[in-house]
Amino acid sequence: MSDHDYRPKSKVGQWFNDRLPLLTLANHLTDYPTPKNLNYWWTFGGILTFCLITQIVTGLTLAMHYIAHADMAFESVEHIMRDVNYGWLIRYIHANGASMFFLAVYIHIFRSLFYGSYKSPREIIWILGIIIYLLMMAAAFMGYVLPWGQMSFWGATVITNLFSAIPLVGEGIVTWLWGGYSVDNPTLTRFFTLHYLIPFLILGLVVLHIWALHVPGNNNPVGIDIKKPSKDTVPFHPYIVIKDGFALLMFMIVFAFFVFYAPNILGHADNYIEANPMVTPAHIVPEWYLLPFYAILRSVPDKLLGVVAMLSAILILAVLPWLDTSKIRSAVFRPLYKQFYWILVADVLILGYVGAMPAEGLYLLIARVATAYYFLHFLVILPVLGFKEKTLPVPLSITEPVLGGSPNLAAARNKESKIE
Amino acid sequence: MKNLFKLFSIIILIIASNSYSVAAEKVEYLKTDWSFKGLFGKFDRASLQRGYQVYTEVCASCHSMKYLSYRNLAEPGGPEFSEAQAKAIAASFEVTDGPNSDGEMFTRPGKLSDKFVMPYDNVKAAQAANGGAYPPDMSVLVKARGGGVDYIYSLLQGYEEAPSNVSLDDGVYYNKYMYGNKIRMSAPLSDGLVEYGDGTNATVEQMSKDVTTFLMWSAEPHLEARHQMGFKAIVYLIILTILVYFSMKKIWSRVESEV
Repeated sequence: MSDHDYRPKSKVGQWFNDRLPLLTLANHLTDYPTPKNLNYWWTFGGILTFCLITQIVTGLTLAMHYIAHADMAFESVEHIMRDVNYGWLIRYIHANGASMFFLAVYIHIFRSLFYGSYKSPREIIWILGIIIYLLMMAAAFMGYVLPWGQMSFWGATVITNLFSAIPLVGEGIVTWLWGGYSVDNPTLTRFFTLHYLIPFLILGLVVLHIWALHVPGNNNPVGIDIKKPSKDTVPFHPYIVIKDGFALLMFMIVFAFFVFYAPNILGHADNYIEANPMVTPAHIVPEWYLLPFYAILRSVPDKLLGVVAMLSAILILAVLPWLDTSKIRSAVFRPLYKQFYWILVADVLILGYVGAMPAEGLYLLIARVATAYYFLHFLVILPVLGFKEKTLPVPLSITEPVLGGSPNLAAARNKESKIE
Repeated sequence: MKNLFKLFSIIILIIASNSYSVAAEKVEYLKTDWSFKGLFGKFDRASLQRGYQVYTEVCASCHSMKYLSYRNLAEPGGPEFSEAQAKAIAASFEVTDGPNSDGEMFTRPGKLSDKFVMPYDNVKAAQAANGGAYPPDMSVLVKARGGGVDYIYSLLQGYEEAPSNVSLDDGVYYNKYMYGNKIRMSAPLSDGLVEYGDGTNATVEQMSKDVTTFLMWSAEPHLEARHQMGFKAIVYLIILTILVYFSMKKIWSRVESEV
């Protein structure tokens, strides 16, 4: 990398840069050599940054008008919707923004799974990503509680009650979390405080995530190490900036559609009923992005083991770099892994679907099979596959397949462009 | 592309099976052409004004609407009564205010800035007057029910004789669209119950449509502004996307790689 050679042209710039090398950083970010064959699945990193900033900006504005009190929260949200200038717009962006954030993060994670981006030397980027994802879930869950509707209240009750499954100290922990003997005003105020805090923790972790990314550089659809800078790379600016910008605009069109034309479709009608501790909703369901884990939780008959299964389902991802024994990163050259990958995608979608259905009869059976398969994929299939699978030959550089190094690579190259 | 196709077919399958299972357990709601649906959907002003009349003459005796103020009736995007009309409406209600300098509460005619007057002092009083059932606040009722406007519209017209195998307690009525079919509210509407000022025939169907339109507005008072801004925003984004697409093509033409 050319970072260390960089020297600002002006005298003032040099003086400043010697004391605080911000200009060197800016130069590094613009010149950052990026593989030129990145497809559109790689644009979701930028999209996620946009989502985070949008949530923080709209969230700050909402916090100026919202009142975190059990008797006034619901009313203050209606005040935002009715009387605050463009309050409806800000709130709908924030509420749908959470869904968009998760949509993007799921695509980002599954892109990583397909192209093996979590493998050496990118394990730390991946683990930071998992921590960000966990914090996102915490932030989203607490944010959903703030409007103090029926689903807020009962969702909070169900999820916090999970901690009571911990032997001996469980009940004590739940009382401590609630700040009382049921979900009430103390719970709401602490959830608001944490909901305000977590996005900034995420922001810090995102900086680390990008920093860790800039050490080895981006993975790419071929999944090989490339020389940087070289014929295989382009500078981040303007090539990747404009491509990310284009993808972001497409994403924003979808986002805008939800905000302006279907702002409540991803929420639950019950959350427009003010929280009432005396009336339990017929079905308590979390937001769509938590449904797969909710299905795993409910598929285990024992409460404690259910909680353990749900947490393991997320934490198992953190050790994924060591569970996947294959040396080849990209699924493009792993014919068997590619099939199992799509089965996993289907499995997670099925889990999401049964998570929204009542946990009984056929749904429960499907949830159990899908949960078992989820763990089977990570604990058995992936480790074994690394030894058994016959992978396709991998090209030596990104440009090689174009120049016609070998017939297989032309096929691989063809495949990539189709994925775009 | 093939994989994408696979993914989409799975999603479509799931959505299709989902809607199928929902359709199987629920009755089909009555449909009508709502003027506020769609990209350019707007409220039918006359219908909103008639809907307000139905609300205030029929529903308001039991159902509160605590998040609305009388000023909302004159605001753009709503029933758009003239300010004088809205003032007259507000003044027709007695509002408890105070305490005055003697420490006494007093009543005065309503003002534009007042919230809609509540039919009962508190939830307990409402329950006591309605056989233990609390008539829900109507401000956001449309958004608080799964079927939305279609559900409310159907429910108002869904009263029937109970089938012989269903036994009803005193003060409970049969409604084919209600969850569980049992409802504490007696059929609120009957033909000619209100007399519309504009001469519209006040059938149950007409009143249901008008009052449901009014409830949609009360739940989403900025719906028209949202639709208008949404259209502009999306057109703007599409144009910008196209421009950025061509810029991107131009920039990437310098490298031997496709975007």
